[in-house]
Amino acid sequence: MLDVENLGIRFGGLHAVRDVTATVPAGQITAIIGPNGAGKSTFFNLISGFYRPTTGTVRFQGEDLTRRPTHEVVARGVARTFQTTTIYRELSVLENAMIGHRVRTRAGLLDALLRTPRERQDARGSRDGALRALERVGLVRQAHLPAGALTQEGQKRVGIAMALASEPKLLLLDEPAAGMNPEETVNLMALIRELVAGGLTVALVEHKMSLVMGLADHILVLHHGQLIAQGTPAQVSRDPAVIEAYLGSHAHGGQMGQGAQGGEAAHA
Amino acid sequence: MSRLIWPALFVLAAVVPFLHPSGYLLDVGVNIMMWAVLAYGLNVMLGYTGLLPLAHAGFFGIGAYTTGILTLKAGWSFWLAWPAGIALAALAGLLLGLVAFRTRGDAFSIFTLGVGVIITLVINKWDALTGGNDGLNGIAPPAGLEEASRAIGLKLSGGFYLLALLTLALTVLIVARARASSFGLSLLAIRGGEDLARSAGVNVYTHKLRAMMLSTALAGLAGGLYATYVGFLGSAVTGPTTTFTVLLYLLVGGLGTLAGPLLGTALIYSLTQTLKGLQDYQYIVFGPLLVLLVMYAPHGLAGLWTRLRANRPARAAKTKEVSGA
Ligand SMILES: Nc1ncnc2c1ncn2[C@@H]1O[C@H](COP(=O)(O)OP(=O)(O)O)[C@@H](O)[C@H]1O
Ligand SMILES: [Mg+2]
Repeated sequence: MLDVENLGIRFGGLHAVRDVTATVPAGQITAIIGPNGAGKSTFFNLISGFYRPTTGTVRFQGEDLTRRPTHEVVARGVARTFQTTTIYRELSVLENAMIGHRVRTRAGLLDALLRTPRERQDARGSRDGALRALERVGLVRQAHLPAGALTQEGQKRVGIAMALASEPKLLLLDEPAAGMNPEETVNLMALIRELVAGGLTVALVEHKMSLVMGLADHILVLHHGQLIAQGTPAQVSRDPAVIEAYLGSHAHGGQMGQGAQGGEAAHA
Repeated sequence: MSRLIWPALFVLAAVVPFLHPSGYLLDVGVNIMMWAVLAYGLNVMLGYTGLLPLAHAGFFGIGAYTTGILTLKAGWSFWLAWPAGIALAALAGLLLGLVAFRTRGDAFSIFTLGVGVIITLVINKWDALTGGNDGLNGIAPPAGLEEASRAIGLKLSGGFYLLALLTLALTVLIVARARASSFGLSLLAIRGGEDLARSAGVNVYTHKLRAMMLSTALAGLAGGLYATYVGFLGSAVTGPTTTFTVLLYLLVGGLGTLAGPLLGTALIYSLTQTLKGLQDYQYIVFGPLLVLLVMYAPHGLAGLWTRLRANRPARAAKTKEVSGA
């Protein structure tokens, strides 16, 4: 579904992402893992058109999206959430989702001023589209609350709803479980599975290995901006280069081992 | 209920000239409404889109001078010159936006401030067209306004008052519609975070350009009215002092609210008129007033009003009211 080739970006002397060639297969869950600073968020920023790559190409469903502005990438069906919960806290939950749906509406300023049929149709469509997205993440009853009044987990869901409201085919989630307790994480995993069962393709960056190993069909491992391994969770967790990268960096080695067992159990 | 407040207010205001008020009172009314239109235009950018352009009086000047020049020198009817001035102001806003939106934040404000100064300079130096330092004299009232006023038992001043009121009503309607649409919501998204809006799929650049055009068109609308009402144009009124005065009206009234621009203009303009006798000493009154305002009503008069209303029935409604303002 998504193919990147030789994708890379430099910030000054730093190759944040370097020569990455990989595929995100349709209908599956692809996890991007790697130590802090490995370039995972930057990788997402390149795909979504938020950063312009210095090398390589991004193709989505066969179409070249390299250097397209973000709103065009979203219009083609690639939506994303941010690592830190980034939503409009002072706007209502519904308005957040409606902003996500904006890319599917055409009515502009003149339509608004003249109340054209297109404006009325878009206004209805925008509400309906936003409500559909809220339904998918279970937030319909909170639709009229200010988004900032929700729990941390609720706000994460608002972020996902905003992305879903754009009616994407591919959803990029950057550390969706960050700051969640184990129970919330399980709920989130169920939600992601549901979305994929509904036909969505998901790529996610995650630090919680239990989540990655239990959820992902396919894993890409980034280290110092480079793709050092890819494959199924079982393959990747046995890969010497991966083990080395994780042992070489702090703390993640233990999590990695634990998660791998959990993952294999889940797959058995 | 609150949907009826605006129409009721405009109907009430329309009755005023029939009660034989003094010419002075009518003049204050016209001025408040005229400057409020300018404040509404600035509110579209600063209040809803979160950008502070500082060339606003320049676009007011483009609308005013276009109207003045076309009526005086080309013999156009005011009723054609006015829309032409509005269109030209919108076009100029588009051109400025095409360049200025390559910058962000403070750089955007400073860049537009520079452009504002240039507009005033051009107006001041282009003697053949604008009359330069001498300005433009003897711009006539709109054709037919005097006759129409007499027909309903008013003097020309009453007619001007009603024209200004209609202009203001149209402005409020336009801004309210823009704000309530998904276009308006996208502006709020840009105000709340440009990067997030971009990632959510909002075409930030085109939305900013449209907002800018609406903002400068409203400035042109106010400018054309000013030209025909005052009958004289000088370049000074198109300069940064006017921009900052209108900015003050807006801040006092409440950014990003529908009532704010009118409330702020009404209060500060009336105060300025009352304190005129004090000349420069009026700032002894204004200074502390502003400090109090920033301390106790950071969201302006409109914000203060929503807070008071929210406090009465239930405190819980408060957050909702403020976010909806
Ligand atoms: N806009 C930017 N400018 C400069 N450096 C950046 C920028 N974005 C990311 N980086 C750098 O790129 C590297 C990878 O960052 P990031 O993709 O956020 O890592 P990860 O998400 O894997 O933790 C880091 O060293 C980071 O400091
Ligand atoms: Mg990251």
